[in-house]
Amino acid sequence: MAATTQTQPVLTALPPASGRAGFRGTLNSEFTKIRSVRSTYWTLLVLLAVSIGIGAAITGGTAANWSHMGPSDRASFDPTQASVAGLFYLGQLVIVVLGAMTLTAEYSTGMIRTSLTAMPRRVVMYSSKVVVFAIVALVVTFIAAFVSFYLGQALLASTHDTATLSQPNVLRAIAGSALYVTLCGLFAFAIGAILRHTAGAITTVIGILFVVPILAHLLPRTWYQDIERWLPDAAGRALSVTVGPQPDHLFSPWGEFTVFAVYTVALLVVGAVIFRNRDA
Amino acid sequence: MIEVRGLIKRYGVKVAVNDLSFDVEPGHVTGFLGPNGAGKTTTMRLILGLDYPDAGTVKIDGKQFASLANPMREVGALLDAKAVHGGRSAYNHLLCLAQTNNLPRRRVGEVLELVGLTEVARKRTKGFSLGMSQRLGIAATLLGDPAVLMFDEPVNGLDPEGILWIRNLMRALAAEGRTVFVSSHLMSEMENTADQLIVIGRGSLLADCTMDEFIARSSGQTVRVLTPQPDVLTKAVTEATPAAPPPTTNADGSLTVHGLTAAQVGDLAFDHGVRLHELTVVRASLEAAFMELTADSVEYRAGDGRPAEQPFPVSEGVN
Repeated sequence: MAATTQTQPVLTALPPASGRAGFRGTLNSEFTKIRSVRSTYWTLLVLLAVSIGIGAAITGGTAANWSHMGPSDRASFDPTQASVAGLFYLGQLVIVVLGAMTLTAEYSTGMIRTSLTAMPRRVVMYSSKVVVFAIVALVVTFIAAFVSFYLGQALLASTHDTATLSQPNVLRAIAGSALYVTLCGLFAFAIGAILRHTAGAITTVIGILFVVPILAHLLPRTWYQDIERWLPDAAGRALSVTVGPQPDHLFSPWGEFTVFAVYTVALLVVGAVIFRNRDA
Repeated sequence: MIEVRGLIKRYGVKVAVNDLSFDVEPGHVTGFLGPNGAGKTTTMRLILGLDYPDAGTVKIDGKQFASLANPMREVGALLDAKAVHGGRSAYNHLLCLAQTNNLPRRRVGEVLELVGLTEVARKRTKGFSLGMSQRLGIAATLLGDPAVLMFDEPVNGLDPEGILWIRNLMRALAAEGRTVFVSSHLMSEMENTADQLIVIGRGSLLADCTMDEFIARSSGQTVRVLTPQPDVLTKAVTEATPAAPPPTTNADGSLTVHGLTAAQVGDLAFDHGVRLHELTVVRASLEAAFMELTADSVEYRAGDGRPAEQPFPVSEGVN
């Protein structure tokens, strides 16, 4: 038959399988997936541009305005926080899109059916996605954080009020901002796994990270002070402060980070259970 | 070898697959037929573990799909050719699938060559025609050189050249001793491809037999007779077969006789001294037989409450 004559010469025999298909191959596969679509590059470029650009705008603007600032404003100015503010205030918005889409795009394109036909062990695929996304997000957010920091300090040079890595809390603020934004992405990944819908997941995450804190502010003051430390966005604020006292009513910076990390891990576990048990 | 036993799947109150049991054997192209909505795709999703059954089991070479050591080396399945990320190139699409099962990278180039997509390997699949997408989907099924292949409506939307290509490929794969399981809602697509048939309607098994058995047992067999004495023959036939519908007269004056073989009609004519000018066995088309079989189980048509008849054999090996 015609097709037989085609089949034989083109397809060579496969080497015998070396063990069971598992994490190693699926991690490679998920890395191929994330690096082979343009939306990844666009999202990460926007993340870098927004983080570095806003940081530069704040620090550059402060430097230009420095001569008009009073002593108390100068004393409370936090050169580290100002330089990385673009990352932890707006970078999180961008990473949320990539985090949510890492899984929801499989559903919106239908790719999930093809993916699970190749690798039906769902928990392996889910955790591979989490690991690959976390690595990509960490690399990019750390680049964004350090570039923002050094660019910001260069722009603040004329003020002679700049930060260095050896000063207290500065490295924590830089690394903490990157880690916080990465966690926001993983938080969005988990919500995406639960909702299976890109727009729904992004809206929900933005609601939790931005709208819930605003609504919380409307509560009576003492109530707000009681719950503030439990809000997911508190980690970003607590971690990035290097000058003056820590915000009142919050846990320590790493304590706040732990609160957000626990929320994120819990949601990732819920997402994994749903991903494993629900029909694809 | 695919073994399906007592498979049941409900979506809410709707029973999509109703106690389905059958085997799909290696070395054949097995056609999986049923009207739209009969549960073919659901059954395939259950075989692949995309959906979980409410009851029953599916074994592929004795194991559940998800527990196969290297799933792509055992099963290649194409459910929906458009179920790809359109922003990814054909090459990278196949690469990310191959990597899950640790298949060598060169394999991607080989299957692209086999399906004729080498020139567009680096193009994003968003711009692919349905025919190109089908070829890409088939390339993916062949990555692992699997013993079992499943295709859901593979010729939908293909041009005649593409249909012929897929038919030849499926037959070649079966000839190599592989299990080839292919669904369709059109009998005409299976007529020249499948040698085994599994027919379902409304999620239930209607027939599990060879294509030859299906042809032989299709109830539409009649005998066409041309005679200068139609009245005499009509009377003789009606007396001989009071239960069957009486012969009908065709536009060209010939008679169509139901319920008798050509030999019986010839003997009857001889006994009554009727001269015959033509005696021909007329087979209803397979399409007609298929439609007759599934008429009661077509989706979205008001039922008349009659119990489903079972004029076709249901495989004895399955209970």
